[in-house]
Amino acid sequence: MNKFKSILIVTMLIASSTAMAQTAEEKGLEIAVAADAYDQGFVDFTADMRMILKNKSGETSTRIIRINTLEVEDDGDKSLSIFDEPADVKGTKMLTYSHGLEPDDQWLYLPALKKVKRISSRNKSGPFMGSTYAFEDLGSQEVEKYTYKYLRNEPCGEWECYVVERYPAYKHSGYTRQVAWIDTEGYRLVKAEFYDRKKALLKTMESSEFQQYLGRYWRPGKMNMVNHQTGKSTLLEWNNYQFKTGLTERDFRSQSLKRSQ
Amino acid sequence: MRRSLPSLLLLLVASTAVADFSGNIAVEGLYFPESAQFDEQMDDNLTASFEPRWDGEWNDGDDLWSVELFIRADNKDAGREHADIRELLWLHIDGDNEWRVGINTMFWGVTESQHLVDVINQVDLVEGNDREEKLGQPMIHLKRYEDWGVIDVLILPGFRERTFQEAEGRLRPPLMVDTDAAEYESSDEGQHVDFALRFSQTYGDLDLGLHVFDGTNRDPLLLAGTDNNGDPVLIPFYEQMTQVGLDTQWIVEDWIWRLEYIYRDATSNHYSAWTGGFEYTFYGIFESVTDLGAIVEYSHDDRPEGERSALDRDVFVGSRFAFNDEQSSEILAGFIIDTNFHSRSFRVEASRRFGDSWKGTLELQTFENVDSEDLLAAFENDDYLLMEMAYFF
Repeated sequence: MNKFKSILIVTMLIASSTAMAQTAEEKGLEIAVAADAYDQGFVDFTADMRMILKNKSGETSTRIIRINTLEVEDDGDKSLSIFDEPADVKGTKMLTYSHGLEPDDQWLYLPALKKVKRISSRNKSGPFMGSTYAFEDLGSQEVEKYTYKYLRNEPCGEWECYVVERYPAYKHSGYTRQVAWIDTEGYRLVKAEFYDRKKALLKTMESSEFQQYLGRYWRPGKMNMVNHQTGKSTLLEWNNYQFKTGLTERDFRSQSLKRSQ
Repeated sequence: MRRSLPSLLLLLVASTAVADFSGNIAVEGLYFPESAQFDEQMDDNLTASFEPRWDGEWNDGDDLWSVELFIRADNKDAGREHADIRELLWLHIDGDNEWRVGINTMFWGVTESQHLVDVINQVDLVEGNDREEKLGQPMIHLKRYEDWGVIDVLILPGFRERTFQEAEGRLRPPLMVDTDAAEYESSDEGQHVDFALRFSQTYGDLDLGLHVFDGTNRDPLLLAGTDNNGDPVLIPFYEQMTQVGLDTQWIVEDWIWRLEYIYRDATSNHYSAWTGGFEYTFYGIFESVTDLGAIVEYSHDDRPEGERSALDRDVFVGSRFAFNDEQSSEILAGFIIDTNFHSRSFRVEASRRFGDSWKGTLELQTFENVDSEDLLAAFENDDYLLMEMAYFF
């Protein structure tokens, strides 16, 4: 994330809020900037993700993906996903350089062809691996990707939450707006609602089993995304979170995707 | 010291505790509805293939090894029954240098309808006329990362001869290719050490690759000859060549533009060829989550008539449906139209997953309006339907 930009925004916010009463838009942005600042400095992390897809009739299928993420100063994060299951896509890798409002750079390694293929990141609203998560739901969340509006404070389980609306500022989103419940202490994204292009409620995501890492960063153990229109849902189970593992830019090179493992 | 392949494999597998085993086993049914043009050619077939892979690492991931084998059993078609080492590789990572030593299979290029710049590995032709299955190539390969681009230096000792169909096989020339009688221009024959150099870099939404290859041409000339019985056959003749080439891809919103170009200089001829075009994607068609890609590519080969490859004045028009469902269902369908002879070839490939471990593939190819002068004339009656069911582990 662009630290300079965040500092600038915060300074502007302080300046404007002292000059006059804060608007709902200003307060929404203030919360997003604070949440972003709170999550900065994790450097890198690795984690194992299990996706359990459930269709309307309750049948399930599973994907297992290892995630490596590197924090990049002054830009979006770099992320490498390595697919272990289902077996026919084992060894497939997806590399993403996210860039805030600019289109992300994305590569796919296809082990059957031994081919690294640069792909278009245009498909933000498409389902990730047939799940109820869209690519945009799993991408790096940068402050400038949305405009914001603070709605209210309300209790959310054991915490108190800010309820903030956010409107995608990037192109080709599948959403007109999202409503996010963010807890006031650790800026955990406890719940989010997603409204489609016709402004109807499309999906709800709820996170649970949060754990704190390095005494600061909160990460959910479970995230469940229900699509109200199709009756499908996808449960993400996160395991083996490790921070500051020593990953470098070298581990996120498109041409290195051919490496084994 | 000489070790047999199985004991070498055992040694590799045993030498590390972190070996990761994966692969697939597949059964393929093949059916040709039209009667064959040539005697002995089969009308249908059932074959099985096995593709195991082992991966391991040591030194905290700075050293890796991998083995991948391909084995096909085939009762009817002796030409397709074969085994190959696709990979037997040691990869050493040293900062900005990556060393790969052993046997490897690699892919260069961007276009969909053919792969002009993909010259490192020999084509495993009996595995399909899309030429996407390749034979493992011995190599010493250094990849070096610089701020201004990536450099690949490849030394390629040991040449692999192309596989060809035998008498039973369909999709073959009228005369048999006598692979045992292969000839070479170089006196080193299959021992000639080839050399390749590649530069590649990403400039924003543009990818660029440039390469030079000097060594044995993977595409043999097929010369008229006779076998031991005095019957006419085709003799593969492998020339020396120098090739320079370019591959580039540019992503602009919903468009992907692609171009591959090569210039080849060999003793018998020198020529250039290119394939270029675009893919335009319609995302979420008819308010569904299905994406539809429209692909148009043109291929040109400037050799005189009779010396050209099959894609010489050809247009490829294709569509790719990605259903983005739980089964990863996909359909790729396309026409190749020869603008000289107006012959058409139509091909559909469809695949989906069944359960967590199975994948089914359906492939249909037809040849229509084939001119007797066209290279495709030998395939005129070889429309086929292929069904494959693979178990992945």
